[in-house]
Amino acid sequence: MEIRVEKIRKEFDLYPALHDVSLDIKSGELIALLGPSGSGKTTLLRLIAGLEQPTQGRIFFGNEDASYKSVQERNVGFVFQHYALFRHMTVAENVAFGLTVRPKAQRPPKAEIRRRALELLDMVQLSGLEKRFPNQLSGGQRQRVALARAMAIEPRVLLLDEPFGALDAKVRKELRRWLREFHDRTGHTTVFVTHDQEEALELADRVVVMSQGKIEQVGSSDDVYDRPNSPFVFSFIGESANLPVTVEGGAVFFHGAPTGLSAQRDGAARLFFRPQDVSLAQEGPCFTGPVTSSRRLAGTRIAEVELGSSDQPCHVEIEVPLDAAASNGSVLSFRPTRWKLFY
Amino acid sequence: MSSRAFKNPISESVPVRWTLIFIVLAFLALFVLTPLLIVFKEAFGKGWGEYVAALQEPDAVSAIRLTLLVAAIAVPANLLFGIAASWAIAKFEFRGKAFLITLIDLPFSVSPVISGLVYVLLFGANSFLGPFLKSYGVQVVFAVPGIVLATIFVTFPFVARELIPLMQDQGTGDEEAAISLGANGWQAFWYVTLPNIKWALLYGVLLCNARAMGEFGAVSVVSGHIRGLTNTMPLHVEILYNDYNVVGAFGVASLLALLALLTLVLRTILETRYGSELSAGQKH
Repeated sequence: MEIRVEKIRKEFDLYPALHDVSLDIKSGELIALLGPSGSGKTTLLRLIAGLEQPTQGRIFFGNEDASYKSVQERNVGFVFQHYALFRHMTVAENVAFGLTVRPKAQRPPKAEIRRRALELLDMVQLSGLEKRFPNQLSGGQRQRVALARAMAIEPRVLLLDEPFGALDAKVRKELRRWLREFHDRTGHTTVFVTHDQEEALELADRVVVMSQGKIEQVGSSDDVYDRPNSPFVFSFIGESANLPVTVEGGAVFFHGAPTGLSAQRDGAARLFFRPQDVSLAQEGPCFTGPVTSSRRLAGTRIAEVELGSSDQPCHVEIEVPLDAAASNGSVLSFRPTRWKLFY
Repeated sequence: MSSRAFKNPISESVPVRWTLIFIVLAFLALFVLTPLLIVFKEAFGKGWGEYVAALQEPDAVSAIRLTLLVAAIAVPANLLFGIAASWAIAKFEFRGKAFLITLIDLPFSVSPVISGLVYVLLFGANSFLGPFLKSYGVQVVFAVPGIVLATIFVTFPFVARELIPLMQDQGTGDEEAAISLGANGWQAFWYVTLPNIKWALLYGVLLCNARAMGEFGAVSVVSGHIRGLTNTMPLHVEILYNDYNVVGAFGVASLLALLALLTLVLRTILETRYGSELSAGQKH
């Protein structure tokens, strides 16, 4: 099922949570809504589910306008951040809930409901736990019960709100891989919200980077990491450094000194680059400054270099080879190899 | 190792502890236990036979009946109002919510006598509504309907006050999950909300019932004290006492005391077994 979000605007008490957001989600795609808290990513997910009503704009499921359909009519599988399992029901009853509450005419017979619940539990690898209550399960198990419960209604799309937010790091990684496999097997259009970029980049076919109620960039992991289209995306995804520069006559200047970089458009700009995309320079125009601190990070060393004048210093972190002299106070000269200017 | 004993920063020395415990126990004995014992001592002062006779006296029987009737109407009514009010307050956002919460608390902050008086002014002989209803043969004040109304008013907050913090704490996540799975509003309430609040609800009903049966002030104003007709148990106790019928007064009073004890026992059971589901914020 494809989902089309068209110029959606959502205001809470006149405070806009989403400004005219448009997004096309392809059928069978696993897509991540990534952003810091307050970026509107959960609001967008809840709007797609029908748990919130848009102030303006429309949402299409396929060719059908779902904007004013109720949650029940939209037939979406929603997995809540804290699972929202029904604590007084067993695991099997939780999974069967969506079938049990169907109107009589559409409700499968009891034995059939039970069979399907057990089948779903098997699919999420929880066979044998059907008689347990939610508080007798671990976090990861609860998460999978919630997923099985959402799948029971044969949803058209699967929506997950911070699916791994409440789990510890190890279980998170396992479940992440597991969800990817699960998605590939079932082929549901899946949208999940996360503030964890590693999770989004690893898991999703496409990542929607959001900030302050707007979509900043939509693209594959490679797109958003290698070709960020805004200062926000560049600094939000991965490590990056940025410096105020000016471009004059095709050359980039930092604090009045040439940097050895060249650009097309003149004017004031911010130079962005990633710590690993630099090379140490021996001669010619480059960035030069004393190392203020350095730390060992697995196979590399990260050095913090102070640039600019002493009354207005800029600190950037760059990756240096382990054998480079980068003790405190030693002077480093470097030039970004991959970089981008934002005017 | 130092020979000085470690002093726990949050405990007190032995003499202080015992003094505090003694003060509390003495206070309880004087103000709670002694009156309770006196009730039973006076009730059985002339033997078991007199006690039973006092309770079988027709006016006493009708007072007991009336009290049960009033509670049987007021408690279910407030159960419904309480659930409806707390459902609305805890699960929805709307204008005037704070005002509504204040309004629910009103019966707690108004003297029961005043609330009784309000009903007399509203439905009495010289009021606007009284003669109108009377022309249709409905007598409110100095009759059973007035007693029921006054009792409902006084006991209104019990269920709602118990449920609101719990339901607010539980939030709307479970209900959202239920409707996203296709449940309609009623199913979400019946299968999800109600099981989540059942023990707190029972607790609220228990307190509501105890108060409904024991209410004196408001009921006294609207009842008119007609023996055998509009006297509830607490009112009957007062009348008998004023008649110097000690055995009768304390006999009926002993039933109310027993109700109180029963309530206390049930409360304790609920609190120890389901404490975490009764109060908000302890466990999820």
